[in-house]
Amino acid sequence: MNRLDARFAQLQAARRKALIPFVTAGDPSPDAMVPLLHALVEAGADLIELGVPFSDPMADGPVIQHANERALARGIGLTQIFNWIGEFRQTDAQTPIVLMGYLNPVEIYGYARFAHDAVAAGVDGVLLVDCPLEEAQTAQALDAAGLRRIFLSAPTTSAARLAALCEAARGFLYHVAFAGITGANRLSLGAVRERVAAIKARTPIPVAVGFGVRDAASAAAIAQFADAVVIGSALVETLAGAHTPDAACMAAREFLAPIRAALDAGARAHAA
Amino acid sequence: MQAVANDKPSAAIDYTQYPDAHGRFGDYGGSYVAETLMAPLAELTENYLRLRRDPAFIAELDHDLKHYVGRPSPIYHAQRLSKKVGGAQILLKREDLNHTGAHKINNTVGQALIARHMGKTRIIAETGAGQHGVASATVAARLGLECVVYMGATDIERQKINVYRMKLLGAQVVPVTSGSKTLKDALNEALRDWVTNVADTFYIIGTVAGPHPYPLMVRDFNAVVGREARAQMLAEYGKLPDALVACVGGGSNAIGLFHAFLNDANVAIIGAEAAGLGLATGHHAASLAAGRPGVLHGNRTYVLCDDHGQITETHSVSAGLDYPGVGPEHAFLKDSGRASYVGVTDDEALAAFHELALTEGILAALESSHAVAQGIKLAREMGKDKLILVNLSGRGDKDVHTIAAREGLSL
Repeated sequence: MNRLDARFAQLQAARRKALIPFVTAGDPSPDAMVPLLHALVEAGADLIELGVPFSDPMADGPVIQHANERALARGIGLTQIFNWIGEFRQTDAQTPIVLMGYLNPVEIYGYARFAHDAVAAGVDGVLLVDCPLEEAQTAQALDAAGLRRIFLSAPTTSAARLAALCEAARGFLYHVAFAGITGANRLSLGAVRERVAAIKARTPIPVAVGFGVRDAASAAAIAQFADAVVIGSALVETLAGAHTPDAACMAAREFLAPIRAALDAGARAHAA
Repeated sequence: MQAVANDKPSAAIDYTQYPDAHGRFGDYGGSYVAETLMAPLAELTENYLRLRRDPAFIAELDHDLKHYVGRPSPIYHAQRLSKKVGGAQILLKREDLNHTGAHKINNTVGQALIARHMGKTRIIAETGAGQHGVASATVAARLGLECVVYMGATDIERQKINVYRMKLLGAQVVPVTSGSKTLKDALNEALRDWVTNVADTFYIIGTVAGPHPYPLMVRDFNAVVGREARAQMLAEYGKLPDALVACVGGGSNAIGLFHAFLNDANVAIIGAEAAGLGLATGHHAASLAAGRPGVLHGNRTYVLCDDHGQITETHSVSAGLDYPGVGPEHAFLKDSGRASYVGVTDDEALAAFHELALTEGILAALESSHAVAQGIKLAREMGKDKLILVNLSGRGDKDVHTIAAREGLSL
């Protein structure tokens, strides 16, 4: 069973909400990467989204743009990222990893080769930001290799498209909380709640919400109706100041701990 | 009938049939954007496909092209230049004579009308050389729409006059400091603005790249260049040209000239890309001549990237050609063999700039000077009775400072 599917099944059985931190591969430093992935898990991450750096991250705000630039300045590419994931998997066989990025690095690496190497390294899902459902056949080799393709839904998504997305979704569906770029602060809970309800009326697939989730309060609010919460820019910004692997791990633990606690408190309150 | 059918190769491509309903030109094009933009793109496609067949819209556009842009633009026989070169006759399609000084206005007039039909109140645009920014600011001023233009910080520095022109036209010019600080980064930033303000904002893309329907729409609006030229050639010269030459950055002036001639198999079609310091140096912007298929800015096309798929920084003396991608229709024309794409260096373009100025009294844009240079090269290889039609896509006033600086002068 794919680790993603297994993890969501466990979480649902335990009535827990998933915490999905996002970090950019190679940032804040290549040395920090594997210890940082373990630290995220220790601090309560249920899944990890790992950003593949790209020179032209069109959907990202300044925080993740800069993380991409820093990683690229250190020459981080897919081969290095697969090596890190392989190393992480030596001691963590359970935590699902989703690669998030843009199409061109995968295109140039080669879809079949990417699919093979990703599975071999221990990747479970792939979210290609600029590859919407209409162009999904481009990366068919990923599906064939058993990788879960994570699709996005957005506030602008029409009812007809939403139905098609729910049909095609594997692993989980990632709902973008507002029309904008990552790291912006435009969260409108009412609208997100309504949209997540619309998705849940159509499909049993878990729904993750991301964009604009910055702290324990916003995460707990989202977790009242979503299955998973993605936190990216706020974490990346926090890690950017960490100059050693230990400092990065400590910053990650301090950042995630209150969020994990808030999600668990919310789940207990809901159960009671 | 049988004989006629046999004369035509059975595999002949009808180039007027592209793109398909998904915006694909063979393997290229498409809609490679984040989910949030799929709905506004669908809305735009629906509106555009309706308006392009609407007689009232077409009449409105034709009226603006005639009375505001100043069309038709003439074809000028550069006799002194041709004589000096000593080969084929060089003809210039004078897009530099349009209002605002380049072909870019053909597209912005059209897209602004669509924006108004869709009830959008805010225009955004990206610009490299500033010609598209000026053309967007111009139409926004005319229709009373707010206008924000994204421009790379590097380009702002080398195109100061156009930056000031945009400000005079009431537009806000936003410097883009990410990445290479040029056109590609301005495009990224404009896409980020659009994804944030989709409800009231219309994004006027300035070239035949981007997601569907932009490569189709921008092509259609610039195709007036080739339609006019084809009719002018038949009326004034009694035949079609033997070859077409245009410069290719994103490729809008080139596809504009080429499109009406694509099914005329006897007309050779050549695109001149910016070879910068030379294709072998790596410092160039020749996506078709030296790039590979990839995905950038919403479409599959030829891109300049490294072995990790990272888009590489480009170099050209002309800001308008300094782009690491190219319109997907050009990628398709390259692969099908219908058009060929060659590199022209900075030095060759500058030499052509001076040659044209001194023989014909025309200051061409540095972008267009690449086409002139290629036209001159080609003319040398062809007989005096042959006709080469070069798209003089813009005027060079904006480049005077750049040229002076290269020659060690400060104005």
